[in-house]
Amino acid sequence: MSSTLEHDPRVIAERTGVAGVLRAYGRQLRQGDVGQLPVLVGLVVIWTIFEIAADGRFITPFNLVNLTLQMAAGGTISVGLVLVLLLGEIDLSAGVVSGLCAAIMGVLSVSVGLPGPVAAGLALLVGAAVGTFQGAWVTRFGIPSFVVTLAGLIGWQGAMLHVLGRTGTLNLRDPFIISLTGTFFTGAGSYLCLAVFVAYVAIGPIVTYRRRAAAGLAVPPLAFVAVRAVAVGAFATAAVVALDADRGVSSGLLFLISAVIIVDFVLRRVRLGRMIFAIGGNAEAARRAGIPVQRVRIVVFMLASTFAALGGILSASRGFMVNQSAGGGPVLLNAIAAAVIGGVSLFGGRGSVWGALLGTIVIQSISNGMDLLSLSSSIKFMITGGVLLTTVTIDAVLRRSRTVAR
Amino acid sequence: MTAPDRERTTDPPGTPLLELRGISKRFGAVQALTEVQFEVSAGEVVALVGDNGAGKSTLIKIISGIYRPDHGTIRWKGREVAMSTPNDSGALGIATVYQDLALCDNLDVVGNLFLGRELAWPGGPLGVMDEMTMERRAVEVLRRLSVKIPSVRIPIASLSGGQRQSVAVARSVMGDNQVVLLDEPTAALGMAQTHEVLELIKRLRGQGLGVVLISHNLANVYEVADRITVLRLGRWVGVYDARKTSREQLIAFMTGAVPGTAEVPMVSGGVTGDRTGAS
Repeated sequence: MSSTLEHDPRVIAERTGVAGVLRAYGRQLRQGDVGQLPVLVGLVVIWTIFEIAADGRFITPFNLVNLTLQMAAGGTISVGLVLVLLLGEIDLSAGVVSGLCAAIMGVLSVSVGLPGPVAAGLALLVGAAVGTFQGAWVTRFGIPSFVVTLAGLIGWQGAMLHVLGRTGTLNLRDPFIISLTGTFFTGAGSYLCLAVFVAYVAIGPIVTYRRRAAAGLAVPPLAFVAVRAVAVGAFATAAVVALDADRGVSSGLLFLISAVIIVDFVLRRVRLGRMIFAIGGNAEAARRAGIPVQRVRIVVFMLASTFAALGGILSASRGFMVNQSAGGGPVLLNAIAAAVIGGVSLFGGRGSVWGALLGTIVIQSISNGMDLLSLSSSIKFMITGGVLLTTVTIDAVLRRSRTVAR
Repeated sequence: MTAPDRERTTDPPGTPLLELRGISKRFGAVQALTEVQFEVSAGEVVALVGDNGAGKSTLIKIISGIYRPDHGTIRWKGREVAMSTPNDSGALGIATVYQDLALCDNLDVVGNLFLGRELAWPGGPLGVMDEMTMERRAVEVLRRLSVKIPSVRIPIASLSGGQRQSVAVARSVMGDNQVVLLDEPTAALGMAQTHEVLELIKRLRGQGLGVVLISHNLANVYEVADRITVLRLGRWVGVYDARKTSREQLIAFMTGAVPGTAEVPMVSGGVTGDRTGAS
């Protein structure tokens, strides 16, 4: 019987070589998967504009360190939101949950007098509980997450005001909490961080390349892998050298980058990540394939709120205080905007956490640059809104062309 | 290429892989199936045909464990089994490819082939996936079935309808599945793609799988089927050798112009057939 089977080695025509990679990228573009290229281009444009407009005050070690400090809290919230967005859901409560958890940490530390690590740990647990509650509500009653987390947006805001009570502003003095973002690594410390980052981002793909090549699987041209590794490595090194010239690599930035790397690994290499993408792509197919769709949804809402809590803690640590405006205002929308600018689809199933990091850099660069130019917050809001609208439009238009192309 | 297989499967030796006897199913006032028989053996393609409302969908859903029959027995390799969930049928080795294919457009071919059963260490949802082994096995399966796709790392969204159908079929044979149910696999396909899928069905038979083909398209049925089971208004009309039954005869059985082997009594009163969905 097996003699009737003809093995034709050409049936899976893996295109290799430079032309193959270019063709694959062209195919990707046509399908609306533009990757990170537009964001990188946009970032270069934004940095150039501010560098010129601010007379060279934008790209300085001092300002870049400030930028990393500004990124830490919002970026961490954004990382959690990516998970929710990949499911095709939304979490509108992320901002106020970050504020609520910061307030809880503040009260536990300042009013109750608990040690910093305990206060911060309990705040994280509250974040996880809030997310589990919202996720369970969404799945149990089949209510759109938009509505459930909108209720959360209002309700948790009230909870935060209740927790803060009449105190208004809590000034944090706990050395542990302050050190969460206020520790700086310079010299050997910063280069150790750099080495870990480069190992994951640049060397990892090369190792994968070698293993795949050794196993006889299709591989992209080595030149592409190498060029990408060198580019990423060079950029990271330049960044660390620049940061070192001022205060150094802040622990807040390390929290953000670690969160990005861990979540990226989970999304790309761990089964849970594959389940999240599958549910975002076709929830019914995922369910039929035996994926516990509802449980994964609850876990994702839990993770998102936990990252929001971490973001709130980092924000409080950086400002040395918690007050009634914590987590309010633009915090949520900036975090969503960062994810969307970074190419995370609002319709689910498409995007990466690196995109959210790039988006965070874009959003915070705009904010930082406009502060340098002493623009009023009215202008800041309008410009940020314009950037968000533009990127969401690009996403929608590309998605339409993707559907039509089929 | 398939001649020897046809020879062997026209009169399947021994016990059928899957055997349903006297299956009845009622939905409220609608008697969807009445005393229906069905069987499929290893290495044969059995087509399930009938006009709309004949009960094809209901029967398929019973075989794939979505519905429980009210009466009747289901035997797997001669042993009586109870199937009450899709997992039961999957555990026996029965895979169903539905018309909507149930693929994730955003995942690549490897991701779809292993959807829900990724190779990972350690087990459980936090296991790290072994992408290389999965990719190698995916390539193996696709080669074995001679499925032509540009790359196993291409998202499903960029494949043609026939290629998607092929990936869905390939997924159904990824496990140790021995019976594959294909629900209207060629309904939305062009001629070339239809041909591609029919060739794939022949290869599944060539590999010793039992294939159940549900189709409205009699030309397709005649191209691949060894035997044809006819249902009409929820009743079993008969099972016919595809080579010895003309298309006119088959249509007569399907429409009731000629009574089938089962001597179907004329419908009277309450029997209204399958209203549970488009079959």
